[in-house]
Amino acid sequence: MQKYTLNALLAIGAISLVTMAHFDAMDLYVQSVIMLMGINIILATSLNLVNGYMGEFSCGHAGFMCVGAYVSSVLSVLFFAKDKIFGVALFDPCYGLWFFPLIILLGGVAAALTGLIVALPSFKTRGDYLAIITLAVNYMVISAIENISVIGGPRGFSGMKRVINSMSDVIELPWMMIWVVLGTIFSVWILRRFVASTYGKGIVAISQDEVAAEIMSVNTNKMKLIAFMLSSGVAGIAGGLFAHAYGYINPQSFNILRSTEVMVMVYLGGMGSMSGAVLAAVLFTLLVEALRFVIPELDGLMHSIGMLPDSYEISQVWKWVIIPLILILLMQFRPEGILGNKELGDVFPRLKKFYKFK
Amino acid sequence: MALLEIKGLTQRFGGLQAVSDFNVCIEEGSLVGLIGPNGAGKTTIFNLTSGFYQPSEGTISLGGKNTAGKKPHQVTAMGVARTFQNIRLWHDMSVLDNIRIAQHYRLGYSLWDCFARTKTYDKAERKIESIARDLLEAMDLSGYADELPNNLPYGLQRRVEIARAMSIQPKLLLLDEPAAGLNSSDVEGLIKLVQWIHREFDITIWMIEHQMKVVMTLCSEIKVIDFGATIAEGGPEEIQANPKVIKAYLGDENI
Repeated sequence: MQKYTLNALLAIGAISLVTMAHFDAMDLYVQSVIMLMGINIILATSLNLVNGYMGEFSCGHAGFMCVGAYVSSVLSVLFFAKDKIFGVALFDPCYGLWFFPLIILLGGVAAALTGLIVALPSFKTRGDYLAIITLAVNYMVISAIENISVIGGPRGFSGMKRVINSMSDVIELPWMMIWVVLGTIFSVWILRRFVASTYGKGIVAISQDEVAAEIMSVNTNKMKLIAFMLSSGVAGIAGGLFAHAYGYINPQSFNILRSTEVMVMVYLGGMGSMSGAVLAAVLFTLLVEALRFVIPELDGLMHSIGMLPDSYEISQVWKWVIIPLILILLMQFRPEGILGNKELGDVFPRLKKFYKFK
Repeated sequence: MALLEIKGLTQRFGGLQAVSDFNVCIEEGSLVGLIGPNGAGKTTIFNLTSGFYQPSEGTISLGGKNTAGKKPHQVTAMGVARTFQNIRLWHDMSVLDNIRIAQHYRLGYSLWDCFARTKTYDKAERKIESIARDLLEAMDLSGYADELPNNLPYGLQRRVEIARAMSIQPKLLLLDEPAAGLNSSDVEGLIKLVQWIHREFDITIWMIEHQMKVVMTLCSEIKVIDFGATIAEGGPEEIQANPKVIKAYLGDENI
């Protein structure tokens, strides 16, 4: 019984989301927020693998997302859509539906291979120095793509919407919502299975005492390679979904600012906690969206009580003051994040009666 | 047959010769001690044996196989387990997890099994868990399986560290100052524990120890080194009477 509760709950949640999207019970804005939430969950949990479980500091996560986004977008447009540069679709667009998961996975594989650029130096360096390498990788990826004019360079790349639309021509369903929900469940599921196994716990041993891990028969280099490649590969999946959900990407949407956003989610949720990362990704997305409405309200309020001169307006840029401020407050008052390194089931032991992971 | 054979082992760190021309031949099933004043190079020898350093010169062979060029985790997989002078448990993991992870080299399943949760995975995880539980039971630690090592008293942490090393199912166990920081009743317990492990698991133990009581009761043979060079070897009584050893520890009498 317990074995199925979580799966059943997930299935019900996923189906209700898709049905609501299908019958227009949610407007497009709400749908896009939910999709962003899913993508953020994937990003936060995958970064948590490196920053939380393995105790390294990767601050270039958006770089891997970027690789996944570009590779899967180029492939899907090349294969299944008519494009100005790539010409007619190589295959009949109606197959796009069946090969889409494969394309997203290929984006993930490309991102995982990019992850090697970080994984290989991590054999010799760690800590701050490795953090600088991850930052460098983020910039390398962005400037490489900015200089490839075939895929739009700094102007960005689009056309993915056509692929999604041709899916709806085959079967009329909110496909993007379905892919994001499936992608999120898949990503969290493999990450969770990895860290819950004795195999995967080897990376936790590395974070706590690398020397002891190596001496106690953990192949630390192999584990680091797996952790970095898995983390960046899953980020690539998130990138592919992001690109197709929005239909347009440009290199600058994967810059350090997005990496920071993901890091905030990980630290908000708690290092080394899967459920914490999921929870934080949901809360963070809601917070960012709420600020969209709160900031104009705040602006109106400040003007009406005369605290601000008429010439000044609080703009959306203030988001980037408020979010870091939240991070500072968090580090002051609860440095271990919402859940610390515990899972939801450890914090509320009663929950454990209702579900069981495998 | 000799389980561990070290020949002409020399280790230099820049200009410093930490170990020079060290030879030892440890027979299977013996319990041997390695003593010497601080900075004599004892831990360096252990680090070399466990593959943490690559020797500048000399060979280390384990059961006839040379360990040169092997990574520490590969040497461990060949059957060498060790403990550390200052306890190095994974502090934010339960005692049980500590013991499970130390079996990493013989998990017996691949990454794919881990994602797909195949039968191989289930079987392997069950086996690892049962080995870990049995070991905790045998070492009188089963009550602490879910505790974090940090919350245990120092003596118990030592015991957990030895249990973790034993979970590798080694042929050779290296104990680096197991009695350091223990009070006298813990030391009694440790002596009994080491004797029990030696008998029960039928393994070879090589230990570094400063407390003479421990070394003299446990070891049948002792090697003394100073400044990286061997100065004496023999049974406990011989060592205690050896003037060179007394000189190394207490200094020259006519200063």
